[in-house]
Amino acid sequence: MPSAVLTTRVAAPGGSAHASQVRTEPLWARLVLIAIALGFLGLFVFAPLLAVFYEATKKGFEVYLRAITDADTRSALWVTLLAAGIAVPVNAAFGVSAAWAITKFEFRGKQWLITLIDLPFSVSPVISGLIYMLLFGANGWFGEILRSYGIKIMFAPPAIVLATMFVTAPFVARELIPLMQAQGKAEEECAATLGAGGFATFFRITLPKIRWGLLYGLVLCNARAMGEFGAVSVVSGHIRGATNTLTLHVEILYNEYQFAAAFAVSSLLALLALVTLVAKTLIEAHGFGGRVR
Amino acid sequence: MSTSGASSARHVLPGFRLTLGFTLLYLLVIVLIPLSSAFVKTFTLTPAGFVAAAFSPRVLAAYRLSFGAALLAATINALFGCIVAWVLVRYEFPGRRVIDALVDLPFALPTSVAGIALTALYAPNGVLGAPLERLGVKVAFTPLGVLVALVFIGMPFVVRTVQPVLEDLDPEREEAAATLGASRFAVFWKVLLPSIRPALITGFALAFARAVGEYGSVVFIAGNIPLVSEITPLIIMTKLEQYDYAGATAVAVVMLLCSFTLLLLINWLQGRTSRVREASA
Repeated sequence: MPSAVLTTRVAAPGGSAHASQVRTEPLWARLVLIAIALGFLGLFVFAPLLAVFYEATKKGFEVYLRAITDADTRSALWVTLLAAGIAVPVNAAFGVSAAWAITKFEFRGKQWLITLIDLPFSVSPVISGLIYMLLFGANGWFGEILRSYGIKIMFAPPAIVLATMFVTAPFVARELIPLMQAQGKAEEECAATLGAGGFATFFRITLPKIRWGLLYGLVLCNARAMGEFGAVSVVSGHIRGATNTLTLHVEILYNEYQFAAAFAVSSLLALLALVTLVAKTLIEAHGFGGRVR
Repeated sequence: MSTSGASSARHVLPGFRLTLGFTLLYLLVIVLIPLSSAFVKTFTLTPAGFVAAAFSPRVLAAYRLSFGAALLAATINALFGCIVAWVLVRYEFPGRRVIDALVDLPFALPTSVAGIALTALYAPNGVLGAPLERLGVKVAFTPLGVLVALVFIGMPFVVRTVQPVLEDLDPEREEAAATLGASRFAVFWKVLLPSIRPALITGFALAFARAVGEYGSVVFIAGNIPLVSEITPLIIMTKLEQYDYAGATAVAVVMLLCSFTLLLLINWLQGRTSRVREASA
């Protein structure tokens, strides 16, 4: 039974049995390696996922239901949807625009621009929040002007949206740039030569070619936008029922020792993560994706 | 493509100014101006004040922990990530596809959720923490807890950089080595490892860079004891809560400079990796 199941995935190109045999290990070695891999993943990845659902339902279904329908939870869900609802479309527009400029034209400093687009990924989430505090906080660069006009950005939804936009800015761009680079620009040039305008060229030629890549970027961007914690933690002010996102609501409930409620809200976010992984796998089945970060 | 071809293409396709203009404006408003504010803010400090804020014993201990634990976590991930990638690429076993998809869970799961889940598991009364406690190993609320969270958060990087390289490997070199009498171990050491080494180093660097700045998954399990289990991002958070914006920014600038150096290093490594893959393809 095990030797029938644990076959090697590598087919010998020449079809000779010997060739496939020399590229694999004896059965015991395969079993040991699989055990190590599954043990490692189990301990560090699958166990936390199971723990979320176990802890969420431990106190019974009623407690679970009350936690996820609580007014503060609903308000947090609303703020989370607001942040993702603005950040994701804006970053999609940014990603498409950046990819068009970078892959359809030649200009100096292109490599620097690509590095710059990736920059938010290498900034610690806490620092991503901090820099907006320095701009829009009471003593920040624009603090005085904003106060005189009565505009509140810090510790209010606008700051949450801005921090989310910063953190998720690279996702769509970094999926589209290599994709559109590989596809070239001959078809677009053809359309333009035949008299199509810029938008007609984009929507009728480019968009159908990049739709899976775009969707892939959108899925990853949305997961991060809804799941961001560190950056929004700095700028939100943690006002319950007003500026709390779901991830921050989890923290507050946990720190108040309402563990069952904290894990109940967490289970919603874990479900979102699982939906994201399913969507990602389906898109990859279309022959796209698999890039890191 | 010749240069004249490229410059005439600029005239054929529309939208250069619009798209590049929007891209640069957006980056300026969302990324560059906010980031530069951190560097400008540090100039409100005297040099002595900067050193006092960014290099006090408590902050130095936090750098040591953040960089040390990140380095160790990336090393663990490099080792086990290689095994996971190998198993996923080379062997067929029940549930392989599901497990392959779940490798990305640390990217998809919000960090605060990961943080409280890991704490529940590894706390002294947790499912994994209780047996470990009986063995005399405390995980949660110690530096070891920081390490566990950083291993979790960095796990996908090595797997996802090494996996495609393993899939693309030319079987003929392995077969040639075996035909010439190399043992399976020798084939791995002398043929396979050199091929995946650039990808492995890139994955290691990505995992390390992510772990250094990680906040959400760590703060719950770390216990946050000053000088013992307090990470650098938490130092920034604490200083902000005390309205010490200049001090928080000083620490942030030190971290940003480290991150940017890492980013340039990673870009260089990735450029090398893709050249190696193109050459072998």
